[in-house]
Amino acid sequence: MSRFSESLLVLALAGLSLSAQAFDTYKGLGRPATAAELKAWDIDVRPDFKGLPKGSGSVDLGSEVFEARCASCHGSFGESNEVFTPLVGGTTREDIKTGHVKSLVDGSAPQRSTLMKVATISTLFDYIQRAMPWTEPKSLKPDEVYGILAYLLNLAEVVPADFVLSDQNMAEVQKLMPNRNGMTTEHGMWPGKGMGNGGKPDVKGVACMRNCKTQVQLVSSLPDYAADAHGNLAEQNREVGPARGKVTGNREAGKAAESISENARVQQLAQSTGCMACHGVNARIVGPGYNEVLARYKGQADAETKLAQKVKAGGAGVWGSVPMPPHPQLSDADATALVKWILSGAPAK
Amino acid sequence: MTEPGQKPGRLRPAPENFLSEAEVKEVARQGASSRRNFLRNSFIAAAGAMAAPALARAAEGDPNILGNPPWTTSLGMPVAANPYGLPSKYERNLVRRESPGLTRVSGSSVAFTPLQGLFGIITPSGLHFERHHQGWHDVDPSKHRLMINGSEPGFLKTAKVYTMDDIMRLPSVSRIHFIECGANTGMEWGNVAVPTVQYSHGMLSCSEFTGVPLRLLLEDCGVDFRKCRYVLAEGADGSSMTRTIPMEMVESGEVFVAYGMNGEMLRPENGYPLRLVVPGVQGVSWVKWLRRIEVGDQPWATKDEAVHYIDLLPDGQHRQYTSVQECKSVITSPSGGQMLLDTGFYNVTGIAWSGRGKVTRVDVSFDGGINWQVARLEGPIQSKALTRFNVNWVWDGKPAILQSRAVDETGYVQPSYGQLRAVRGTKSIYHNNAIQSWKVSETGEVSNVQVL
Repeated sequence: MSRFSESLLVLALAGLSLSAQAFDTYKGLGRPATAAELKAWDIDVRPDFKGLPKGSGSVDLGSEVFEARCASCHGSFGESNEVFTPLVGGTTREDIKTGHVKSLVDGSAPQRSTLMKVATISTLFDYIQRAMPWTEPKSLKPDEVYGILAYLLNLAEVVPADFVLSDQNMAEVQKLMPNRNGMTTEHGMWPGKGMGNGGKPDVKGVACMRNCKTQVQLVSSLPDYAADAHGNLAEQNREVGPARGKVTGNREAGKAAESISENARVQQLAQSTGCMACHGVNARIVGPGYNEVLARYKGQADAETKLAQKVKAGGAGVWGSVPMPPHPQLSDADATALVKWILSGAPAK
Repeated sequence: MTEPGQKPGRLRPAPENFLSEAEVKEVARQGASSRRNFLRNSFIAAAGAMAAPALARAAEGDPNILGNPPWTTSLGMPVAANPYGLPSKYERNLVRRESPGLTRVSGSSVAFTPLQGLFGIITPSGLHFERHHQGWHDVDPSKHRLMINGSEPGFLKTAKVYTMDDIMRLPSVSRIHFIECGANTGMEWGNVAVPTVQYSHGMLSCSEFTGVPLRLLLEDCGVDFRKCRYVLAEGADGSSMTRTIPMEMVESGEVFVAYGMNGEMLRPENGYPLRLVVPGVQGVSWVKWLRRIEVGDQPWATKDEAVHYIDLLPDGQHRQYTSVQECKSVITSPSGGQMLLDTGFYNVTGIAWSGRGKVTRVDVSFDGGINWQVARLEGPIQSKALTRFNVNWVWDGKPAILQSRAVDETGYVQPSYGQLRAVRGTKSIYHNNAIQSWKVSETGEVSNVQVL
């Protein structure tokens, strides 16, 4: 070995030991968070109410805010199944006593509503505060969140109509939650030590290889009415290889997607921005159908500008009591494109 | 050996392709009993119509060989014609799709991965399944921040803020893991509801993720691991989705904050520029657009662990904080909604995975679970990643029921529907890992069925 390579080896070893010492800290990376930053983002509320902001809201206030900000999706009484599953319904006074929602066992409720499932009132406060309303999350003040929650609990007959919910009485109301005893962590699917049975599975298959049973019990197959529900399967499979997709449903549907037209683009925009959650092309959902909008505004010179502004700013009163929420996230160009599309009959292609 | 004259160029399309739409409807109208005869007659008619030209061609050979195609006789496209490459136009059928009627708002919905057409274990990034709770955004990485704080100030030495520049300078790891939504196969708890593997199992993807172990970041903030046994992860989207993660998984070094996926940055729909990777745990915990980590001493019971992602049992109790995706497998080809081309040899292929570690064995049955044989596993077999399996099969034209059953390194064996329902009933939406059955009928049609 030459002297040159020996010295390289020494250097390499020195470098190795240096790295082990020097990289205990990641110098210059990250910085302390300020108090204001922590306050802005750390808004979570735990079941023990750590993080719950001070404030209060009455059922009456909640009713008002809910009608203005929530009812367009959830229905005036939180019962709507149009856009999301119902918030309220399926709980009884008996459930409030026992803390177990009976309709979860006997299946008497058509849908599992939020209040049938949730055990912790903190969950509802936390979620409404962080994520609602749908198109303007984090725009509600704490008092409004208390009010909305009081209103929902009143609809489920958990609190009386003159109730004022506050940070002071949340723990008391927790004791009335209809499904407060309905959760268990006794299972093997929590990958930590703090909860559950330490990972022990509840169900186990058998690795039998030969003559494992005497007959095959075929208990379910795709019902005929569902055969076409997912469109043409031939257009959802590769056209080369060991098999082809079965021809089902509407053969034309996939073909149109090949060249995407302006109309199709705007229709997708209407889908992706949530417009079609409340407006059907030919039917009223929460707001008027596009056919109704077209009928009302057809031929009006300023309709395009007026409606585009309305899409962005929101409005109320023209189509009944349910207001349309504002959509400030839409660009002017997209708002105009949407209105043009609606006023041309909302064509699919 | 096959005589070219009998099967000219092996170009015969799937049986259904011989039929016009009207003929297909006619079959549907006449019902299943007459279906076989109808198809057989159509075959004969079609073969008759083709007989003369086929024989003429066969004398000389395949026209695709005898007459060179345009791509062999002309100049091709220049480099960088597609600066970001795209799949062949012939592959347009393999795209993410929504399941009609599953949800009512596309902003809070699912687009399923087309597993029926994928190979190996890596999901192409553009086909990675999507599940958003309040729509997706293309987040500006220069404005994205990751905050780490504690439920109590004393839980760490310093609450810190990192930019993407900071995070991408830290020591990184690259690991291949599957991600499966807890509700994957959820529509099938009570009965068959969807036609294809895309909709039955397509809330499943597998990628190589690159990022920084969360333990490193928590150590950098001086977290008191003795006091903090839980971690809250929060997203930067409108829903600011939150999930509780056990500290044990962070301490093991498994959990990491990822910015890379399959060699490039994450796609916006998958959390660009930063998401959490929680190997083996359901996708909802892999918080996208990750903006905050809070360390604490108890779980948070957030909306997605107190209203959704809870497993309803027959006695009316919900299992809360169910997170591990238990061992599961599915045959992807042939699979539901497909038509086999012909009798003869097939390479039956599928994927297996376990949230508890490595897959050690996959068994395949062709008779609905009476007899089983061991499938070939393709390497490398990695912990909490998809594993591809293959098995030879000669279809003799008789009805068959194909199943796969995976076993993982803990000895856990994937259960049948009968075994799963006996314990958990049929009302849960989540964590359905039952053995999937595909029925092959004499026509070559493959359909989704359930076997106890």
